[in-house]
Order: sequence, then C-alpha cells, then structure tokens
Amino acid sequence: MEALAALVAALTLQAGWNASLVALGAGMLGLAAGGAGAFLFLRKRALVSDAASHATLPGVAAAFLVMVAFGGDGRFLPGLMLGSAISAGLGLALVAWITRATRLAEDAAIGAVLSVSFGLGIVLLTVIQIVPAGKAAGLEGFLLGSTAGMLQSEAVTIAVAGAIAAALVFALRRPMTLVAFDPEHAEATGVGVWRTDLAMMGVALLVTVVGLKIVGLVLIVALLIIPPVAARFWTDRVSTLALLATAFGGVAGYVGAAISSIEARLPTGPIIVLAAFAIFAVSFLVSPRRGVLAALLRRRRLEARVHLRQGLLALARGEAVYDRLTLRLLLARGWIRRDGAMTEAGRAAAAAAALDEARWSLARRLLPEAGVAERYDGLTPIGESLTPDQIARIDRGLARPEALA
Amino acid sequence: MIEEILSPEFVMISLPPMLVGLLACLACALPGNFLLLRRQALIGDAISHVALPGIVLAFLLTGTVAAWPMLLGAGAAALVAVALIEAVRRLGRIESGAAMGVVFTALFAAGVLLLERSDASSVHLDVQHALYGNLESLIWFDAMGWGSLLDPAALATLPEAAPRLAVVLVAIALLTRLFWKELALTTFDPAHASAIGLPTGLIGAGLAAATAVAAVAAFDAVGSIIVIAMFVCPPAAARLMTDRLGRQVAWSLVFAAISAIGGYVLAGYGPGWFGRPDAVSAAGMIAVVAGAILAAACLAGPRRRRAGATAA
Repeated sequence: MEALAALVAALTLQAGWNASLVALGAGMLGLAAGGAGAFLFLRKRALVSDAASHATLPGVAAAFLVMVAFGGDGRFLPGLMLGSAISAGLGLALVAWITRATRLAEDAAIGAVLSVSFGLGIVLLTVIQIVPAGKAAGLEGFLLGSTAGMLQSEAVTIAVAGAIAAALVFALRRPMTLVAFDPEHAEATGVGVWRTDLAMMGVALLVTVVGLKIVGLVLIVALLIIPPVAARFWTDRVSTLALLATAFGGVAGYVGAAISSIEARLPTGPIIVLAAFAIFAVSFLVSPRRGVLAALLRRRRLEARVHLRQGLLALARGEAVYDRLTLRLLLARGWIRRDGAMTEAGRAAAAAAALDEARWSLARRLLPEAGVAERYDGLTPIGESLTPDQIARIDRGLARPEALA
Repeated sequence: MIEEILSPEFVMISLPPMLVGLLACLACALPGNFLLLRRQALIGDAISHVALPGIVLAFLLTGTVAAWPMLLGAGAAALVAVALIEAVRRLGRIESGAAMGVVFTALFAAGVLLLERSDASSVHLDVQHALYGNLESLIWFDAMGWGSLLDPAALATLPEAAPRLAVVLVAIALLTRLFWKELALTTFDPAHASAIGLPTGLIGAGLAAATAVAAVAAFDAVGSIIVIAMFVCPPAAARLMTDRLGRQVAWSLVFAAISAIGGYVLAGYGPGWFGRPDAVSAAGMIAVVAGAILAAACLAGPRRRRAGATAA
C-alpha cells in the first residue's frame, strides 16, 4: 500500500521538486524518442542509433578529462552532454563513411563503431580512475542511467533539453512523415531526403545525449525502437504510427521515472525500458490486427469454418462424421443431435452446403472467364463471389445436366 | 622485456588473461566471418546483451557463481530471445533489426533490474562485470614459471575459463572445418544451396547456436564488449583484405590474435611506458586495437571497395 501511495504521489508530481522534474524530463524525453524513433523505424535505421548511443561514452569521458584539465568540475552536466554529442556525431559519421567508402554492410559498420567506441570509452574511464580528480567521478552512472542524488540544476537541464527535443520532433513532423512515407515523392516536392534524414539523426542524437543521465547509454536505444514497434501493431498509417509512438514513448518515460523514484533499488533506465516493453507486450498480445490473440482467434475461426463445411458436406452425402471437433461444432450449431442424427436445421444446412459445392464445381466449368477457379477456397458461399445472374445461369445448368454435355 | 616474459610473475599474472583473451577472441572471430557475410553481424551484440538475465537467473536459482549453471542460463536466455525475435518479426511483420532491438534491450533491462533487486552484487556479479569482464582478475596461483605449463598438477589450477574456452574454440573450429562447404554455399548462394538439397535453415540455426556458445563462453571471462567487437571487427577487416573465404577466415584469426595480445599488452604495460604504474581496462583496449586494425583495413585494405566501384 505504501508503495502504491508513493507511486500515486510520484505520478501526480507530489513526490518532491527533483523527482517531479525528472519525471517530466523523462516524459519529454520519451515523447521526443518515440517520435524520432518512429521515423528511424520507418526508414529502417533503428539500430544506427545504437552505434550513436554507445559512441557517447568516449565523449563523456574525454569531456570529463578536459574539464578537469582546465581546472573545472569534471561532472558539469552540460559539458559532458556536449562531449557526448560530439563523439556520438563522430560515431554516426563513421558508420556512414564505412558503409559508403568500403564494401562492408551497415550492420557491420554499426557493430564495429558500437563496440570499438564503447571499448575506447571504458579505457578512458579507467584512465579517469587514475587521475586524482577521477576517483569519485561516478561516470559509470551514464552506462545505465541514475537519477538518484541528481542535482537540481541537472534535473532542470534534462527537463529543458527534453522539451527542446520534443518540440523539434513536433516542428519536423511534416517533412519527416513525407520522407518516411515516400522518399521519391518527398524529393520531388522539394523536401530534401538527405536533409531530413540528417535532421532526424540530429534529433535522435539529442535524445541520446539527454537520455544519458536518465536511461543510460546502453539502453537509450530501447526508447527509440520499442515505442514505434509497439505502435506498428495498431496502425498502417505513417502519421498515426508517429503519433502513437510519441504517446507510448512519453507514457513509458513518465511512468517509468515515477516508478523508479519510489525506491533506491529501482534503476531508472531499466524501469523506463521495461515500461516501454510492457506497452509493447500489450500491443503484441491484444492488437486486433496483428496481435497474437487476434491471430489465434482468426486461426480458430478458419479451422471451425473448414470443419463445419466438411462436416455438412459429409452429412449431405450420407456419410458418418467421426472427427471430434467437427461433431462438437455441428452439435453446438444445433445441426445434429447427441446421437449423431441430423436435425431439421442440419438437413437444411447440409443441403445448402451441397448445393453451394455443386454450384461452385459447375461454375468452374461454365464461367472460366470470371476467374472462378482462383476464387474457390472451399469456404466462401458462392453468393458472395458471383452475381445473381451468373448463379441463375449455373442453376439452369444444374437443372438440366444433359444440356451441358 | 624478454626477462619479464621469462619471470614466474608473468606466467602467473599475465599469461592467464592473455591466454583467455586470445581464446575468446579467436572463438568469436571464427563464426563472426559467416555472420558478417550473412549480414547478421549484430547477432553477437544481441546475444551478449541477452546473456545477462540468463546469468542472473541462474545465479538466483542455484545461489552460486559456478560457470556451468550460468552458461546454461545464458544459453536458455539466448534461445528465448531468438524465439521472441522471430515471433515479433513474423506476427508484426517487423523488420528484423527493430525486432532484435526490442527484444535484446528489454531482456537486458530485465537482467539489470534482477541484478539490482538481488544480492548478487556481493559476489562480484554486477553490470560492470557483464560489460567488460574481469580479465585482469584471472590469476594462475600455482604457476612457478613457464615449466608449469608441462606440470599436470599446476595446469589443473589454471583459471577454468582457459580450458573451457579452449574446448569451445576447438569445437567451433572442427565444426567449421567439417561443414565448410555447406557453410560457404548457404552463405553465398542460399537459393542454390537449397536447390541442391542443403538444409539451409538447419545450417543457419547451427551457426546461430555456435555463435551463442562462443558468445556465452567468452562473455563470462571477457565481458560483452570484446564479444561484440570480435564478432565484427576482425572479420570485417579481413573482408577488406581478400575475396576468398578461406583467406578471409585466416586473416580474421590473425587480426583477432593481434587484438587480444596487443590490447592486453597496451593496457597492462602501456601506462608504464608513460611512467604510470597503473593499468587501463584490458577488455576495452582489445576492442580499441581491433578497431584500429579495422580502420587501417578501411583505409588501405586491398579489397576495401565494392566490386565494380572505381577507385576515387
């Protein structure tokens, strides 16, 4: 109960100034990440941002060393963010250069930049351990994010930067939608694809840098990828997808940060990622178009139709039905009795099925031009496929089989 | 330098991590060649992230940090991840990169959360360890000098990661040799391979399994950075050196070995050359050396350009 009360307090921004700022900042960050991520996803660039986020680490460490060398406080957040942005930008440029200048594919370039820059970052972190000012640098917090003990100025920085990122996504939504939907058309109407892609990467970069402190560089890519994938389960429209992804990201960031503020041992980054994953899991299971449940239901329904149809045709031919599922379905429809004998309604349904089947088989001979053979699936009533005129013609043929020969 | 290498301290303190690093790098670089050519280079990345929840769960279930339960846990997690990725990809018709991104980040987040909620951090199981391993802590206590390599009693006390990785490396090497033709055919021309009756799906699954075994076995000793770097960098650099598969594999093994040894030496002795007694992260430095080799290959590798592209 206490935890619940604490959660409600955190969700309604009653849990203190810092926690509220962090939750708002994380919400803004999530909005921006979901929106930018939607376009990365549609341009099939989702994992490029993983290279960028791992490439922030050497920048953070180098910025710390530079600031210490000039006698400043190495933990000054805007300075660290600037350093991380520079090295992440370099990482992105490297991925682009490797893919363009060599024959290596983009996935190899991503993997190489990601692992090598991360390795370099770790080396620099151990260098920081050596320098006197680096003993308590706490830069490891950037790996997985930590909002515990965050300075108020840092919380403000993150909230403002998150808001800027969200505003940028909002401002760029039209060109990004155009480019994501139809790059050639976008180019023709004067929306530069290259420029828009660059702007999109810029926003993703900003999200990464802002997300460092909250979500951490190992997991920030999740906030760019999971919301659009979850949204994809609900819609086929680009604009709806972007909108949904933005909302999902915002909710995940806000709720995740609020949950993690309840207790010290709820790390912010993983909780936000798991909140996003929960939204994804629900979408994956219950989305009416592509969800797991919908797919199972569709399959069950198709199975039932096949069994009913085959059962009725067997009954019409006077054969016995042995299949358990078929018997159960026929019984449930009231078409047979418990002892297996047909009811009145069953006789009518069986006769209708047999007539339908006979019409179909004749239709395939009489109306080859109507593409009947392709439309026959053994399930669809012929009335849904052919016009009444065509059916009347078939029925005339059925009545006088000798005339056909 | 020679004197240092001959000293018992070298065999006790420096040899084990070098050996383990070398074995791990070779075991990852070998299957990495085929992953690279199949455009599956990021699978290593995904598997090494996914291993974390498996390892933490194994620890929570068994209460020990013994290697085998953890390897099994990581392997199980990898299987779950592969099944999830396939389900997301098929049902949602989601592009595989994005499907992978969803699954491995979520599983990694779950692993970190589990770790934070458990008391595993008291037994040296923490996120840092998962990310950059503990190469430096591998010590061969019973080593008296190079002669110990011939002494069965002393050999038995080698850090167990070394024999384990040796077994994994030999197994992967044998399997690669045995299925060389099948691997090559299904990699370069899957349509032709399945037309002549090769089980392409099975071979792909076998490769993925070998990848997972290499990643998980290496992960425990050297952390995920080396694993990811070694799956990608040496094969990528080798790809820029030659058009022939056999030579590419050979180059990649050479590059992996140079990265492992060079990285460890630079990390352990490099700061000393600048008059500092400390060492920097060996795992990180191995990745950096691998990156430097790749950079050199990108700039000067004889086969760096796409076929048909003219030299600019």
